[in-house]
Amino acid sequence: MIESIIGGRKAELTQSSKRTAPVVLSTRIRLARNLADSPFPQRANLSQRRVVLTDCVSQIQRLESMESGTFIEIEQLSDLEKQVLLERHLISSELIESSKGCGVYINSEQTCSIMINEEDHLRIQFLKTGFNLKSLWKRINSFDDAIDQYLNLAYSEELGYLTACPTNLGTGMRASVMMHLPGLVLSENMEKVTRAVGQLGIVVRGHFGEGSDASGHIFQISNQQTLGESEPEILERLGNVLKSIIDQELNARFKYLEDKPELLMDQIGRAYGVLQNAHVLSSNEAMHLLSLLRLAVDFNFLPESRRAEVDRCFIECQPGHIQYDVKSDIAPELRDTARAAKLRSVFSKLPPLSFDSLEENK
Amino acid sequence: MGDVLKCKFCDEVATVHLTQIINNKIHKVDLCETCAQQKGVSDPEGFSLAEMLMQSNAAMGSDDQQLQCPACGFNTSDFRRTGRMGCAECYTAFEPILEPILEDMHSGLKHTGKVPSHALNRQSYHTRLHHLKAALVRAVEGEAYEEAAKYRDEIHALESGASEQNKVNKA
Repeated sequence: MIESIIGGRKAELTQSSKRTAPVVLSTRIRLARNLADSPFPQRANLSQRRVVLTDCVSQIQRLESMESGTFIEIEQLSDLEKQVLLERHLISSELIESSKGCGVYINSEQTCSIMINEEDHLRIQFLKTGFNLKSLWKRINSFDDAIDQYLNLAYSEELGYLTACPTNLGTGMRASVMMHLPGLVLSENMEKVTRAVGQLGIVVRGHFGEGSDASGHIFQISNQQTLGESEPEILERLGNVLKSIIDQELNARFKYLEDKPELLMDQIGRAYGVLQNAHVLSSNEAMHLLSLLRLAVDFNFLPESRRAEVDRCFIECQPGHIQYDVKSDIAPELRDTARAAKLRSVFSKLPPLSFDSLEENK
Repeated sequence: MGDVLKCKFCDEVATVHLTQIINNKIHKVDLCETCAQQKGVSDPEGFSLAEMLMQSNAAMGSDDQQLQCPACGFNTSDFRRTGRMGCAECYTAFEPILEPILEDMHSGLKHTGKVPSHALNRQSYHTRLHHLKAALVRAVEGEAYEEAAKYRDEIHALESGASEQNKVNKA
């Protein structure tokens, strides 16, 4: 069902040839939209949901930007296929739970996914690698204009776009940026940052796991409020907070490098060695090692061109992806073996770590 | 001692303690393992404390007026229980109880963002059509046939204009 997606040659997150950046992995914006004339998905019965699904799919298919897309009905997917799409953030766990009468539209580059009959009738999501709030907003905004033309959206002048949950009311927009923050985690500042940005209505969530020590040091940072501010205002505010987090992260990294260079080189060196030689790697450990390797690229210990590879592994080393790769139902222990094998092969040709940049600074 | 924190949703011992700041107010919630899982605390995608607070605040005020949405039949207790609306019309039906909830959740109460021009056009079309049809009925009842003919023509013009518009849209 999903081979065309997973095997795709131009997926934004895993095949992108564009330059990757330190700290920011990807940017995502999603809009919650509903049709005016049908109850929200949770309240609708199956036949109403099917009508909405058919309507939305037929209209979306006509959009130029969606011509090369794939529509998938969730019911027709195996559990493993669902998990793979979930790990790629192309669908949500809520969509999986809804199971009947819902689906997703994914374009060939996987930069756009439209969930139908999730919490809202439509959840439109656009994503791009790197830090791209403004350009991404431009694209999703014009896509949304086209949707407005073809589908009768629920909207009130007072409350904006009407959504199933009042937390999404107004713009219906959640913008989030995936950030790699090993400096803030290692210097134990992550909790402080989370609290500080929380006061500004910005939410920090661990990406692969929970709390302030999320494995892989990857965090998803997004706006909480959707009503009372326009989209550009929300993005501007979020963008400013993110810029200051990037600054703090870079400061924390350089302070760590200055204070404990041996410790840092040791951690990176060990990660390098383990990734090239391990035979059993849990998902958590792999994420942690990949995080250190990404840090090595950011410090110029490894060539810049290697960062995309690391970013791809973050996605492809998640349990569902590993299992999907080996094409058979395997026990978790064997999954760890398969993961280690994959990482050994990906990083077998890695050039040796070069700490010259450190010497120059001395 | 009475120091053991209990889960906000059931009476089990709370082992998960959450703090989040929303609109400069500190919100604390204690949960047991099971409820934490159910509410999606362990799911970084789906969890929002604001959402959960809203549900629990909603669950508390059970003695307020019983409102019901004429379009989908959703009533106040359905809303309090799920924290969600049943349909777009619910926002009109539940307006009296909505404001304090939105105040806790958002930075303002009025939408200042994007305006979907087509959705607005359709809305004003439906309102106008509704008014004209009512006027037509009144005119007929009052035997003001000349006026009625005028309304009938206007309705006709509006409807055919709209279907032209539809053709353009669906083309």
